[in-house]
Amino acid sequence: MPITREEVAHLAALARLALTDAELDLYAGQLDVIISNVARVQEVAADGIPPMTHAADLANVYREDVIIPPLGTEVALDQAPAAEQERFKVPRILAEE
Amino acid sequence: MSDELTRMTAARIAAAVAAGEVSAVEVASAHLARIDDVDGKVRAFLHVARDSALAAARQVDQHRAAGDPLGPLAGVPLALKDVFTTLDMPTTCGSRILAGWQPPYDATITRRLREAGVVILGKTNMDEFAMGSSTENSAFGASRNPWGLDLVPGGSSGGSSAAVASYEAALGIGTDTGGSIRQPAAVCGLVGTKPTYGGSSRYGVIAFASSLDTPGPLARTVLDAALLHEVMSGHDPCDSTSVDAPVPPVVAAARQADVAGLRVGVVAELSGEGYESGVLSRFAEAVELLESLGAKITEVSCPHFSYGLPAYYLIAPSEASSNLARFDAMRYGLRTGDDGTRSAEEVMALTRAAGFGPEVKRRIMLGTYALSSGYYDAYYGKAQQVRTLIRRDFDAAFEQVDVLVSPSTPTTAFRLGERVDDPMSMYLADLCTIPSDLAQNAAISVPCGLAPENGLPVGLQVMAPVLADDRLYRVAAAVEAALEQRWGQPLLAHAHGLDAEPPGGSWPAGAGPGA
Repeated sequence: MPITREEVAHLAALARLALTDAELDLYAGQLDVIISNVARVQEVAADGIPPMTHAADLANVYREDVIIPPLGTEVALDQAPAAEQERFKVPRILAEE
Repeated sequence: MSDELTRMTAARIAAAVAAGEVSAVEVASAHLARIDDVDGKVRAFLHVARDSALAAARQVDQHRAAGDPLGPLAGVPLALKDVFTTLDMPTTCGSRILAGWQPPYDATITRRLREAGVVILGKTNMDEFAMGSSTENSAFGASRNPWGLDLVPGGSSGGSSAAVASYEAALGIGTDTGGSIRQPAAVCGLVGTKPTYGGSSRYGVIAFASSLDTPGPLARTVLDAALLHEVMSGHDPCDSTSVDAPVPPVVAAARQADVAGLRVGVVAELSGEGYESGVLSRFAEAVELLESLGAKITEVSCPHFSYGLPAYYLIAPSEASSNLARFDAMRYGLRTGDDGTRSAEEVMALTRAAGFGPEVKRRIMLGTYALSSGYYDAYYGKAQQVRTLIRRDFDAAFEQVDVLVSPSTPTTAFRLGERVDDPMSMYLADLCTIPSDLAQNAAISVPCGLAPENGLPVGLQVMAPVLADDRLYRVAAAVEAALEQRWGQPLLAHAHGLDAEPPGGSWPAGAGPGA
């Protein structure tokens, strides 16, 4: 089942990537090749084989509940693209209808 | 003298600094001068931290003068992959989306290096977000291989491998997700280790695929790699998957360099079609060498290893698509298209399209596909099951043998540009290294000669069980000692690529994007 250009456009929208038409064409071809190759995993992964999580079989990790000083507003905002009133300044979050 | 200092091993530098034969400042200055001389050709560094390197070296000299005990690598200059956060240096991960970013904290490994008196010379080039096998996916241009300036230095830790192989730094640090330490080590004629997953901290390592990412050492000798392995490793409460166990005795194993009676398994599946004949012949000689040194050789079958590559190219992109969602143009990094009319989501999509390169976009979409409802079970779920099958292959093999061996890479260093238009052919560079990433066990690449057809280095990969990292160093050190005795000199003495002018010209040292 080949990956269509429309599917790539949908994936790009889900991944928040504003791709150009040329990129959509390029990735449609390339993703198709890659996905048909990686689909080989379906040949051997029979039902009942558990998925692997961690080799060292770690269980929950606990630590002491110790208060550690946070970064502080100045440091946290130092690399922000925009800041105002000690806060991150972001574009509007609601779409115009 | 300056030339002599840059050719010393890390162990020798540390001993000389500790004995007062040379100052750490002299050692750092010699390496900075070497960077000035050759980095225009090699392009290993994105940022050279001249002042802080000299300050760190001065501090080592002061500690020595005061009679304080020095660590085993105090005063040794190191090249740090630009995936580790550094308070006083930009951290870009090879990406436009992080160009010029100054992190607000040090990675645990950065901090451990500083505390050990290791002198960090700067940050090295890499494939963007560690996705690639050549550094050609760096937003800031490819690094070059000192064996031939038209050749790739491997990737993704190719800046670190190029720096160490060019004598710009005595040691390098990389991260291995699918082979990104061992493959650049192999194609540059270096030693490179992927420790057991969780043996080295991921705190402050910009995440690519969290269940695979493993920091590790790059060095010109096995002992140097072991010394760095020991200094950088160990439990870190800031990393929830960090293993709370002692660091395996890697330095002692490197000094032991003895394989008598060791059971060595040759992986039948990592051979044959797609492998260069020079790689296979040098590998076969290395196996014979191990036998002559007293190792017991058997062939071992790991039938699911051939499914490692497809499983990896589902699991790693899936994790990456999630991890890279953090680059949202809101709190740090690039923001483009914020003209006052666009919404946050539009700005996010425009920024990510402008800030990520082609391979990163490809993998984000591949991961988004593999995780999307309706496909999850068929792709990501199946890949995680294959991971169990590969792990079981390792478990069965390690019941018969102590270590496994294979070539580190199917081919020697390929030419710049040769594979950029064909993602699948680029992915094949990690064919031999991927199984140990998926199963999370330890593996090393050590030079085992030059391919007869092109005179380029071939790597021998040694794989050991989880937390048996020390076995890697026993085998690698034995091979290194026997081969250097045969050759009369280290393999790197044959690298003459820096004598030529690079195709495409030089860049001024330290003029990378973070400078």
